[in-house]
Amino acid sequence: MNDDSIWIIGASMTKFARYENQDAVDLASTASLEAMTDAGVSIHDMDVLAAGTLFQASTSMGQRIQKQIGQTGIPVYNVSNACATGATAIRTVYLSIKAGEADMGIAIGVEQMGKMGLLSGATKSDRKVFEPSGRYGAVMGVDGFLGTETMPGVFAQAGMQYAYENDGVGFEQFARVAYKNHKHSTLNPLAQYQKEFSMEEVMAAPVQSYPNTLLMCCPTGDGAAAVILVSEEKLRSLPTATQKRAVKISASVLTSDPYVESGQVQPDVNTLTRNAAAQAYEMAGLGPEDLDLVELHDCFATAELIHYDNLGLCEPGGAGDFIDSGKPFRDGSMPVNVSGGLISKGHPIGATGVANVFEVATHLRGEAGDRQIEGAKVGLAHVIGLGSSCGIHILEKAS
Amino acid sequence: MSKQVPIVDYLVLDGPPYLEANECSECSARFFDRRNACASCGGTNFERNPISNEAVLTSFSIVHRAAPSVPVPFVSAIVQTGDGTTVRSNVVGLEDPMDAELGMNLILTTYSCGIDDDGKECIAFGYEPV
Repeated sequence: MNDDSIWIIGASMTKFARYENQDAVDLASTASLEAMTDAGVSIHDMDVLAAGTLFQASTSMGQRIQKQIGQTGIPVYNVSNACATGATAIRTVYLSIKAGEADMGIAIGVEQMGKMGLLSGATKSDRKVFEPSGRYGAVMGVDGFLGTETMPGVFAQAGMQYAYENDGVGFEQFARVAYKNHKHSTLNPLAQYQKEFSMEEVMAAPVQSYPNTLLMCCPTGDGAAAVILVSEEKLRSLPTATQKRAVKISASVLTSDPYVESGQVQPDVNTLTRNAAAQAYEMAGLGPEDLDLVELHDCFATAELIHYDNLGLCEPGGAGDFIDSGKPFRDGSMPVNVSGGLISKGHPIGATGVANVFEVATHLRGEAGDRQIEGAKVGLAHVIGLGSSCGIHILEKAS
Repeated sequence: MSKQVPIVDYLVLDGPPYLEANECSECSARFFDRRNACASCGGTNFERNPISNEAVLTSFSIVHRAAPSVPVPFVSAIVQTGDGTTVRSNVVGLEDPMDAELGMNLILTTYSCGIDDDGKECIAFGYEPV
């Protein structure tokens, strides 16, 4: 931890008003570009980005801004804290620099509370009128006409892209992922669903977005998880029993999606995962072959399959062979989602990234009961947020 | 003939239909939306350029569950155009959605997707098998 001061080298704000012809991303982009110009730097100099916004807090505002000013793949923190949101964004960049994880960062605060949308002069009426609005000048909702942007569809397309580019991947391989996770969940009392299904049942379940059937999709639900973190110095001052059960965070990484040509029409969940995995393995000083278990982001069965490749758990292009070989089953050489994964354990969105760290830590502490992976010493937890972000933690047992 | 409007402003309807993108003058990255800057290089100058109508199907999903107003099933498509641009739309003109095949050759087509209370017709684009 360095004791040097943190400095501000650029600053900008837009005039505050009611903007009918600009959206929040326009305003944030203007302020961001002007602040960087003021400082004589560019987006390529930033190591971290924090975006504070309240009413659009769940819209991945940071990544939406990146998609207008430069997608360089840096960690993005979207923060909200009621009226203290802006200061929280600054705190986030400040902490990142103070921790030695960034040399330079940008903290942005934005809100649009007036009339939303472009060219929205007319008030609501009962008439159906085709008028262009929004960044694409759309006259109506495009979902269903210009492809799909719904979750089962987006992740189905991500899986089908892998099937197009690699041999040995089809409906059966995707279904086998769900079969595995449902089977695993029968040993996890904390899983939302704890029922095994046959391959035939998985494949015959109602299709949501081919190839994802109902049993290949994570459910909605409720839940929470929490972890307590402590510095090395503080740990040594705690009781021996606490020290013995402590689990080391060997890597903690966050990335966003760098620019790829196809990214504007279909979210790229591959590049940012590969980047995060590379950073995490380097930080931890180990490779995928050293992992005893992995809890990865199987929001849909198609997602898990491509992450075998993205996280380096299988040979490049070999995710189909990998699931067929049995290796990611709990009795295989690379157990994946022994908790039941998002598909069966559940996916209360904000909780998941903490819950999978709980899961890995519990195995490393030898406290996972019936689902314990014997002798687990090293584990990896991975989540992806569309927009996009990838968070990876590598944990190691206290020696 | 009723007035026609494109479903999105990057579909050009005056003459044989085609798609048009904002192309970055610095690095040639193409975008369909209104831009503040280029997401690839940060450049702020763009030209409108047409995109090839021929495409190959590089990914798809047959969507069965959608909002109530959306007719299902439909085939959501990710295609790569002849000049290297990725576009998302639907595969249309299939007898059976399961006839969609990764790698199939497609061509841009248009169709009506509704008439408003002023009699304006909305025109959407899709890709049909060659």
